[in-house]
Amino acid sequence: MSEQNLFKVTIDNITIEVPAGTTVLQAARLIGGQVAPPAMCFYSKLQGSGGKCRTCLVEVSKGSEKDPRPMPKLVASCRTTVMDGMEVKNITSEKVIEARAGVVEFLLLNHPLDCPICDQAGECHLQDLSFDHGKAETRYEFQRRTFKKHDLGKNIQLHMTRCILCYRCVFTADQLTNKRVHGILDRGDHAEIATHIEKSLDNEFIGNVIDVCPVGALTDKTFRFKNRVWFLKPMDAHRDCPTCSGRVTLWNRGDEVYRVTARKDQWGEIEDTPEGKPGWICNTCRFDKKETADWIIEGPREISRQSVIAQGHYAGNIGTTKPTETFLAVNDGRAPHLLMDIHDESEVNQPNIHLGKIQGPSHGETFNTNNTHKA
Amino acid sequence: MGVKLLLDKANVPGIRSYEVYRREGGYRSVEKALKEMNPESIVEEVKKSGLRGRGGAGFPTGMKWSFIAKPEGVPRHLVCNADESEPGTFKDRYLMEFIPHLLLEGLIVSSFALGSNDTYIYIRGEYAWITDILEDAIKEANANGWLGKNILGTGFDCNIYVQRGAGAYICGEETALIESLEGKRGNPRIKPPFPAIQGLWQRPTVVNNVETLAAIVPIINLGGDEYAKIGVGRSTGTKLISACGNINKPGVYEIDMTISVEEFIYSDEYCGGIKGGKQLKACIPGGSSVPILPANLLLKTAKGETRYMNYESLSDGGFATGSMLGSGGFIVLDEDQCIVKNTLTLARFYRHESCGQCSPCREGTGWMEKILYKIEHGQGTIADIDLLWDIQRKIEGNTICPLGDAAAWPVAAAIRHFRDEFEWHINNPVLSQTSNFGLQHYADPIHVPA
Repeated sequence: MSEQNLFKVTIDNITIEVPAGTTVLQAARLIGGQVAPPAMCFYSKLQGSGGKCRTCLVEVSKGSEKDPRPMPKLVASCRTTVMDGMEVKNITSEKVIEARAGVVEFLLLNHPLDCPICDQAGECHLQDLSFDHGKAETRYEFQRRTFKKHDLGKNIQLHMTRCILCYRCVFTADQLTNKRVHGILDRGDHAEIATHIEKSLDNEFIGNVIDVCPVGALTDKTFRFKNRVWFLKPMDAHRDCPTCSGRVTLWNRGDEVYRVTARKDQWGEIEDTPEGKPGWICNTCRFDKKETADWIIEGPREISRQSVIAQGHYAGNIGTTKPTETFLAVNDGRAPHLLMDIHDESEVNQPNIHLGKIQGPSHGETFNTNNTHKA
Repeated sequence: MGVKLLLDKANVPGIRSYEVYRREGGYRSVEKALKEMNPESIVEEVKKSGLRGRGGAGFPTGMKWSFIAKPEGVPRHLVCNADESEPGTFKDRYLMEFIPHLLLEGLIVSSFALGSNDTYIYIRGEYAWITDILEDAIKEANANGWLGKNILGTGFDCNIYVQRGAGAYICGEETALIESLEGKRGNPRIKPPFPAIQGLWQRPTVVNNVETLAAIVPIINLGGDEYAKIGVGRSTGTKLISACGNINKPGVYEIDMTISVEEFIYSDEYCGGIKGGKQLKACIPGGSSVPILPANLLLKTAKGETRYMNYESLSDGGFATGSMLGSGGFIVLDEDQCIVKNTLTLARFYRHESCGQCSPCREGTGWMEKILYKIEHGQGTIADIDLLWDIQRKIEGNTICPLGDAAAWPVAAAIRHFRDEFEWHINNPVLSQTSNFGLQHYADPIHVPA
């Protein structure tokens, strides 16, 4: 195995060589950009995760070099391993785009859409997913489901209505703690995350379920309603922790530490420590060390400029987003066809024209003219 | 009178007990298989017989058996899927309740062929009394040396255990069944790996339906080639059909797959016609998850040929004008039945039984049920029909296991063939609460496209 066994796989017209046993999703993530399918339930650091949310469905248009037949159904890319010569269509397949829109609609069907009061807003994968693939309106006209509230203890807040049943927190508890006390109860559309008999989650590593939760179902009680994530400044920091790696991200406003999370990579997953282990953090680091003095601060954390958290504040992030190189490669070098180029449509954004001179329904000058009597 | 292989002795008094079963020639196939044949030749015979899985999908059994991985030192398992929960299907119940030793006989031969020393029967939780019957039968077989250590002095050990499910339809899906058997939540696994490679406790496992395993007995007794002569085309052997609904003689019938659907419904040997002299409106020919067919498409295919009770003929025309033999749950609806209500009942079942693991099925089944409830109760709009169609299309094929498809197909077929009835329901919200759309043109000869 290992180096000799490299498989050639083509995803959206981009060919890449990956070791045998790599999943289609991970291969696509190596390419990056829009080619990587969204994943709500798959978490590379958790064994057995994936396959449930169906957002990462892709079309396999050629099975392998040996067996070139296409796969009859769309497959979950997170649980399908690559074969040599496999050809996969993600954003180039209409079937995939349609199915994905369907899945997003299903995921949002019973979601309360309480983003304005949700602590996850701004770093929520479901928000990103809906923004990319969702529709503006729902076709669901029935009452959304609700659940009896379960108290999971002093640190973790459960909002079952927001849950998309990705099972990530179940796998986390299974794989990081000795004894899992929460799980999925019931079946079908009334399945819920709960402890069987009212119990609190109090294992030393159970706080990580907050980090793995793709939505706002499991949030930090010590941060609840304290602040919006985009008002906070993420700082990399570490401390000498006897139980965990101690490598965290502090979310500060001024000198005040609002919350502590593990460091997450661009896919929203926990970053590895320099030793190559997943950088899970313990409850003490997460919930109890809320003073700047507890930490050795390394510097501001890089945040993707697409993220609402960046707010254009971070170096090199100011400016308009250009279509990434991946997109050109996917389209065989053709530049993407923009449905509406703002420069063609409007005089706004053209620096040589004074905004006040633009002919339009309302601009600075009209505003001033109409409001002169108030002065 | 057609050929009977499974139920030929069903009417012998006391066939449930070991003595009578043995006297009637039972356990001959075990003697033949263990003494005269080897595992490979049994698999070869099953392949020759052309036996197809009787659980619903119709996958060739011999091929399934040949896929089982045989790593050194790893035990293999055979699991009998007796979690028969599909609405309209009750053939396995009959088989296990009245001739339990036939299943055990098939299980012993199959275990020998697959090298399974610990074989499990995963039985539906509601079949509590059948669990007792099977356990008694296992005790009898044990006492007479057909189970346990060193069967017939051949050195082959086999034990059969009965495990009761807790009443979940989803546990009839083979990987969910395995999860449940392992003591976990009955969620289907993501395939691959298939059970033949990593099944029960990560060991190679074959999961077969009760009727499939029972059919192994005549295959060994007759030989694969003889068995393949019964039936027609790729539909070999006999099939148990559990007929129910508006017919004169509901029950379990063994057919040799050469009779026509018309004969099956109207002849006195089988269903005995529609109850009360009414007219046939529609039929779900293979258990609740297969597409429903209106009378005109049921008796004749879209090409105008007679439709027969076998795998190929029933699926002639694909889902556009055909259906599936499925598990053989033959549900007949007469002119007084309401298709919308029928579809709602099925949608409610699938919503209730969805495991909730993957999102299209978890959310989509509930959504479809709510819309159908609305239409049935006179509050629907025409747009709801298109919405239903769109939902079922987004569920089908996008789920982990076939339950998503099974939930989508009945809705799709009902709209495909009975759209006018849905529209009538919506346009006559008051009338539809008290009367029925009736037969309309469903029984008329259909237009044959050139």
